[in-house]
Amino acid sequence: MKRANRFITILIFIFLYIPMAVLIVASFNTGKDITQFQGFTLNQYARLFQDSGLLKLLGNSLIVSVLASFIATAFGTVAAVGIHNLNPRMRKAAMTLTNIPMTNPDIVTGVSLSLLFVFVGTQLLGQRNSLTFWTLLIAHITFNLPYVILNVMPKLKQMDSSLTDAAMDLGCTHVQAFFKVTLHEIMPGIVSGAIMAFTMSLDDFVISYFVSGLDFVTLPVEIYSYTKKPLHPKIYAMFTLLFLLILVLMVAMNLIQLYADKKKTASHRAGM
Amino acid sequence: MEFDGERILDGINLYFNDHEFLTLLGPSGCGKTTTLRIIGGFLTPTSGTVTFDGKVINDLPPYKRQINTVFQRYALFPHLDVYDNIAFGLKVAKLPKDEIHRRVNEMLEIVSLKGYENRSIDSLSGGQQQRVAIARALVNQPKVLLLDEPLAALDLRLRKDMQNELKRIQRSTGITFIYVTHDQEEALSMSDTVVVMDKGRIQQIGRPEDIYNEPKNAFVADFIGESNILDGVMLSDYKVRFFGRVFDCVDAGFNPNEPVDVVIRPEDIDIVPANQGHLVGTVTGITFKGLNYDIIVEFKGFKWLIQTTDYHSVGSVIGIRLNPEDIHIMHKSEYSGLFGDYSSYSAEYDELTEDAEDEEE
Repeated sequence: MKRANRFITILIFIFLYIPMAVLIVASFNTGKDITQFQGFTLNQYARLFQDSGLLKLLGNSLIVSVLASFIATAFGTVAAVGIHNLNPRMRKAAMTLTNIPMTNPDIVTGVSLSLLFVFVGTQLLGQRNSLTFWTLLIAHITFNLPYVILNVMPKLKQMDSSLTDAAMDLGCTHVQAFFKVTLHEIMPGIVSGAIMAFTMSLDDFVISYFVSGLDFVTLPVEIYSYTKKPLHPKIYAMFTLLFLLILVLMVAMNLIQLYADKKKTASHRAGM
Repeated sequence: MEFDGERILDGINLYFNDHEFLTLLGPSGCGKTTTLRIIGGFLTPTSGTVTFDGKVINDLPPYKRQINTVFQRYALFPHLDVYDNIAFGLKVAKLPKDEIHRRVNEMLEIVSLKGYENRSIDSLSGGQQQRVAIARALVNQPKVLLLDEPLAALDLRLRKDMQNELKRIQRSTGITFIYVTHDQEEALSMSDTVVVMDKGRIQQIGRPEDIYNEPKNAFVADFIGESNILDGVMLSDYKVRFFGRVFDCVDAGFNPNEPVDVVIRPEDIDIVPANQGHLVGTVTGITFKGLNYDIIVEFKGFKWLIQTTDYHSVGSVIGIRLNPEDIHIMHKSEYSGLFGDYSSYSAEYDELTEDAEDEEE
């Protein structure tokens, strides 16, 4: 039984990671055909870094992801604190409301955001071209928010509530108590929320597709238009790099979590 | 004070004097922590006023009150070291650096934690964390220090040390301490004034000796120390009848023939040979307690706890004598009949004694 379990686990991991392996191998292939490995080369990487068009798209994606995750983290943290301070019934209702957009199909979110932006842009602001960088950014912030809230909430719940009482007892206003004490306690949640928001933002295609205009396009949206013809191998190289970037972020996130948990248990033990 | 529509505190009327060590004592859920949180400003009472130096402070937030708190689980800031924890309040108040330094060092001296400045909170023992929490509160020179069961998490020996330490700190600083505990021994040994609370109401306020010797009702008598509580009738001043016998007592001011609760402390009862006793009973259980024996004696179906230094075997018939000052009379209250009967207790004692007999055989 135990061996069968292990076998299935290994099988699942192979299924999960084999596509990535194929992509990585293809990115080092000298030949154009992915079905045949003809030799090892870094040429695709060199070409990638010479392609200013692709690099600009990557830059666009990074700008949107960084800005969106940063703003969503700030708003989401404030929102989480607000939700946490509600009475239990309201808190539950608020959490359900924040969770729904996450489970909502992306295409529905994308289309509805797009409709909203076009309506506001053309009808209320009188713009001709209502889908811009800003609509894209707003859309990304919107779908990032629940992930931040979801990561920060457990940290707030874990925090000893008398810590904020203590801060206020020692002369802090509510706001001072938040910055001097609460923020430090929930930092691991904020960081993991930010990283999650960043990765969500970076690889989002569906929503971005509906809310971006022609003057500002992100990498996934542009690449989608490539797929009708064969992909150039330098794109494999870029995907490999993106995969590694996300991998590093995820590992970092888990290490932060691990470190925070360890610290918590250590302090509990000392408190005994 | 009401909370979620439930009345938590009812008719609390308390005066705190300067430089006093006052203890709120009661079982868990009696409203003592709620009282403390109202004084600290973390809760606003639904009715009534909180007055400080003649000013109503109901709506004054905690950070504007000259009151500091030592929290139940210390609530030290884990991201700061010992020095920064203690300096926290002074830094928020934006005092000059050298003054902060001087005052923190002074506090470290008082709580004997010199040399621990840069230690992290996680690396301290419970007792040390406790002392940091006290220093962090006291360094702000509050007029009143609130302590919410600060010793509950410590082991017995450390608790005794910290009790002395707290008393010493209170005397040397002259700050009013308002102390919350459910430990009656702690309350009696440390306080100038004890406030006994139950069900959100104050049951009795007084000096520790008065609370112990003159409990107001069956609840107080039972909660503070051990008590035998009996039904009696006050025939006239200084005369009470219980168990079909009239005893002299030192209490007066009751209505003639008023039904009363009679309290007799187990350590006040003198054991005499059966033929000389006011009452005669049979020993049904005995437990060795170190300083004394706790014996359970049955008088006409009612079991008493008596503390004695002499051994009395189970089944032996003994007499007891009661001096007038050993008998304390209380008015009947809602607690009458709920406390002070050791009948249920005795099962436990019987088991223990059976074990002891087995060993003797």
